[in-house]
Amino acid sequence: MEWETVIGLEIHVQLATKTKIFSGSSITFGAEPNTQACAIDLAMPGTLPSPNEQAFRFATMFGLAVNAEIGKRSVFERKNYFYPDLPKGYQTTQLAEPIVGRGYVDLQLEGGRTKRVGIHHAHLEEDAGKSLHEDYHGMSGIDLNRAGTPLIEVVTDPDMRTSEEAVAFARKLHSLVTSLGICDGEMSQGSMRFDVNISVRPKGQEELGTRTETKNLNSFRFMERCIHQEVERQIEVLEDGGTIKQETRLYDGDTHTARSMRSKEEANDYRYFPCPDLLPVIIDDDYIEAVRKMLPELPDARQARFEATFGLSNYDAGSLSADAATSAFFESTAAACGDAKLAANWVMGEVSARLNSEELSIAAAKVSPEQLAGLIVRIKDQTISNKIAKTVFEAMWDGEGNADEIIEAKGLKQVSDSGALEKIVDEVIANNSAQVENYRSADESKRPKMLGFFVGQAMKASRGQANPQQLNAILLAKLEG
Amino acid sequence: MHNLTIAEISQKLKAKEFSSVEVTEHFLNRIESLDPNYNAFISVTREQALAQARAADIKLAAGDTHIMCGVPFSHKDIFCTDGVKTTCGSKMLDNFVPPYNATVVENYLNAGAVMLGKTNMDEFAMGSSNETSYFGAVKNPWDTNCVPGGSSGGSAASVAARLTPGATASDTGGSIRQPAALCGITGIKPTYGRVSRWGMIAFASSLDQGGVMTRTAKDSAIMLNVMASYDSKDSTCVDQPLEDYTANLGDSLEGVTIGIPKEYFGEGLNPGTLAAVEAAIKLYEAAGAKIKSISLPHTGLSVPAYYVIAPAECSANLSRFDGVRYGYRCDNPKDLEDLYKRSRGEGFGDEVKRRILVGTYCLSAGYYDAYYGKAQQVRRLIKQDFDDAFKQVDVIMGPTSPSPAFEFGSKGDDPVAMYLEDIYTIATNLAGLPGMSIPCGMVDNKPVGLQLIGNFFAEAKLLNLAHQFQQRTDFHQQAPADIA
Repeated sequence: MEWETVIGLEIHVQLATKTKIFSGSSITFGAEPNTQACAIDLAMPGTLPSPNEQAFRFATMFGLAVNAEIGKRSVFERKNYFYPDLPKGYQTTQLAEPIVGRGYVDLQLEGGRTKRVGIHHAHLEEDAGKSLHEDYHGMSGIDLNRAGTPLIEVVTDPDMRTSEEAVAFARKLHSLVTSLGICDGEMSQGSMRFDVNISVRPKGQEELGTRTETKNLNSFRFMERCIHQEVERQIEVLEDGGTIKQETRLYDGDTHTARSMRSKEEANDYRYFPCPDLLPVIIDDDYIEAVRKMLPELPDARQARFEATFGLSNYDAGSLSADAATSAFFESTAAACGDAKLAANWVMGEVSARLNSEELSIAAAKVSPEQLAGLIVRIKDQTISNKIAKTVFEAMWDGEGNADEIIEAKGLKQVSDSGALEKIVDEVIANNSAQVENYRSADESKRPKMLGFFVGQAMKASRGQANPQQLNAILLAKLEG
Repeated sequence: MHNLTIAEISQKLKAKEFSSVEVTEHFLNRIESLDPNYNAFISVTREQALAQARAADIKLAAGDTHIMCGVPFSHKDIFCTDGVKTTCGSKMLDNFVPPYNATVVENYLNAGAVMLGKTNMDEFAMGSSNETSYFGAVKNPWDTNCVPGGSSGGSAASVAARLTPGATASDTGGSIRQPAALCGITGIKPTYGRVSRWGMIAFASSLDQGGVMTRTAKDSAIMLNVMASYDSKDSTCVDQPLEDYTANLGDSLEGVTIGIPKEYFGEGLNPGTLAAVEAAIKLYEAAGAKIKSISLPHTGLSVPAYYVIAPAECSANLSRFDGVRYGYRCDNPKDLEDLYKRSRGEGFGDEVKRRILVGTYCLSAGYYDAYYGKAQQVRRLIKQDFDDAFKQVDVIMGPTSPSPAFEFGSKGDDPVAMYLEDIYTIATNLAGLPGMSIPCGMVDNKPVGLQLIGNFFAEAKLLNLAHQFQQRTDFHQQAPADIA
């Protein structure tokens, strides 16, 4: 039987506000445990929440960016459950009246295909703290620094049909929130966390199959892997005549396996009710319009601009414009070196490769746009070849200085002196008389291919520093002669 | 000295007839010698009180003219006091010392008033007799076999027994007005949102409101002037201009229309109470007020609606008391569930547990619409009743409670009988309106309270009517027999 996969996503996006959603505590990541938790965050008796306007503004920005209706009246509710890292014994969240209503996101997929994914709604809520299960003298530790960090939870319609679509949506969302500047996008720090709802049904069937929800996915790779595994698991169960249990599963990023966390029957009764400590928040059209004016350039617009202004291909423009930091890195480099195409190649090539291999974000790149531009300038003026440039780049990345300093210190300057090049070519011809004979006796049409051998030998002799165009010309002249 | 009102103490402090330290010492000594009879205080803060009094004396000498500067008073133990144990009447918080002040506490500090101590109360303000306090019941100074009412029983008894000239209190369903009535004193619950709830330990957030208890309406006006403030730390606080509640105390009663809701005079009302309340209304009429019979048709639904909404809110508000971060923790928990179950099981008393269970049930899947949803609808109807009534009348009057103080244990086995104690006061909280109780007579040598209910932010009108009554009567000056 042919199966169709149905995927819906719930994404928790941590908002990069200055302070928490209901208190004045800072939300900087990585502080000593419990140093960013005040009496409100600790749910001390008698303390009350004061809503943070910036969180509402960020949520409104998000809503406008996904073409959504903004909830003019949004209501906080209490979601009740006991857990040590949930200080009040309830999470303040939104249910019936969220701040962001129906919207959509358009995706560009491989092969020029497009896909619209519906946003069911997005709501504001507070994050919980963290339970630390390392050994504290046989006890668990509680860190409430994260408690009260503002989140928007984005809930999509079950519109995605493949893991590729789901990952494309996730990437697009990442690109949107980082471009808006409302989230730092640091997935390894939990700034964006994905829950994936997956079901399968026989192709052509209208009715949805029973779904499972897998939580705790904090990378695109995990997400892709998890979807493949879960789809396979569900199909296998169904094809063996079994049924899918509605359940919540937890993904383990270390073992790349998911396990059942709780079934539908074991699900908590959260006893939601409107939070009596917070009045409904009323947002008017003036506020929405003021926020609309503050919206920065969004990825789609930026991609179009990169294509139009810099003459980049659709693909290059798309990958460079996806996130705000990468876009800024590219634009600074292009401006400083005056060659957008080369800048694009380097950012997408060497820079991105090193970031990936060291698992760094672009903000942590060890080469600045100015340094990279300095290198590109030396390629353009033929001081160094592309190949040598890669060596220089590696040295820059390792902190050995600017391009010029490295070229100077390592003596990597391209040899363009025709006398020196002629000498090298003469030696190569002298040392390879058999190949020279072959070349000269070969058919005209085969010669260009055979030239490569001599270029390689000469380059080797010049320690890669020979100006390739010049070298080619001299070699040709001497061989033909 | 202890028979002086706040207004009189303030005047004599400024006239240098005595110092703040002297009047503070006097009350501290009275508490020490007499409170064992009443159990009105959970904590007496002698050292801090004397330090505050000394500071007030310096300010007074320097010409501080704040009316409460140097005046002693007490806080209900529901208000968090920086560095002073705040228990909310519960074993759960017997070890809890807040590192912050409630806004109300801050306001009195800024006024230079002197805190004598923290008064006893029903556990987490849940009760109408003060019998649910972990620190033992408070006794009514008029008859120590009887309850003082609740939940602000300690505040009421300490004012009635002249252990303090005035006290703060809180009112979720009648917790200021009913004990004021049972102890023969004056108490006012302001409009919801008039007084900051920051630092006032929550019972039912949409109903809780801080207020004051004193012997006279004028003293209530003075204390409320200090207590009321807009506070951005409480999102439900209303940013309404502050007014001087003493300014209109002398206004004439001529032309004031008083509404008498027929639903407040039905079955269950003690005949002596009825007679006293009717006499009080006649007195208002004689003084120039117009009396109008009105109807608040949904009154009968207020107790059931309240006992869904208040427990629902408290079931969530009290979840934070989990033995993890502060407060009571059971010995040697074997795992997380055991920690929760025993900390809460051992730390909370029966009434608190009963309300948490009721509230949890009302909010549960499948029951929400039938209970919480319906109760919210009833709440809107009750508010509508008052909106309609205040189109015709300026103030509503009736009894504060169905009968005078009752004996300890007499309603112990029947929570519903206890809940009916608040049948006349609860609707005011559901609507968010200001309410007041003043002494208006005696039955069997026990005081009777007259309730005054005003429109939103009509505190000044209530205090004016109460003051005018007290100008014409002496019920508020009567003291229990053994209080000299």
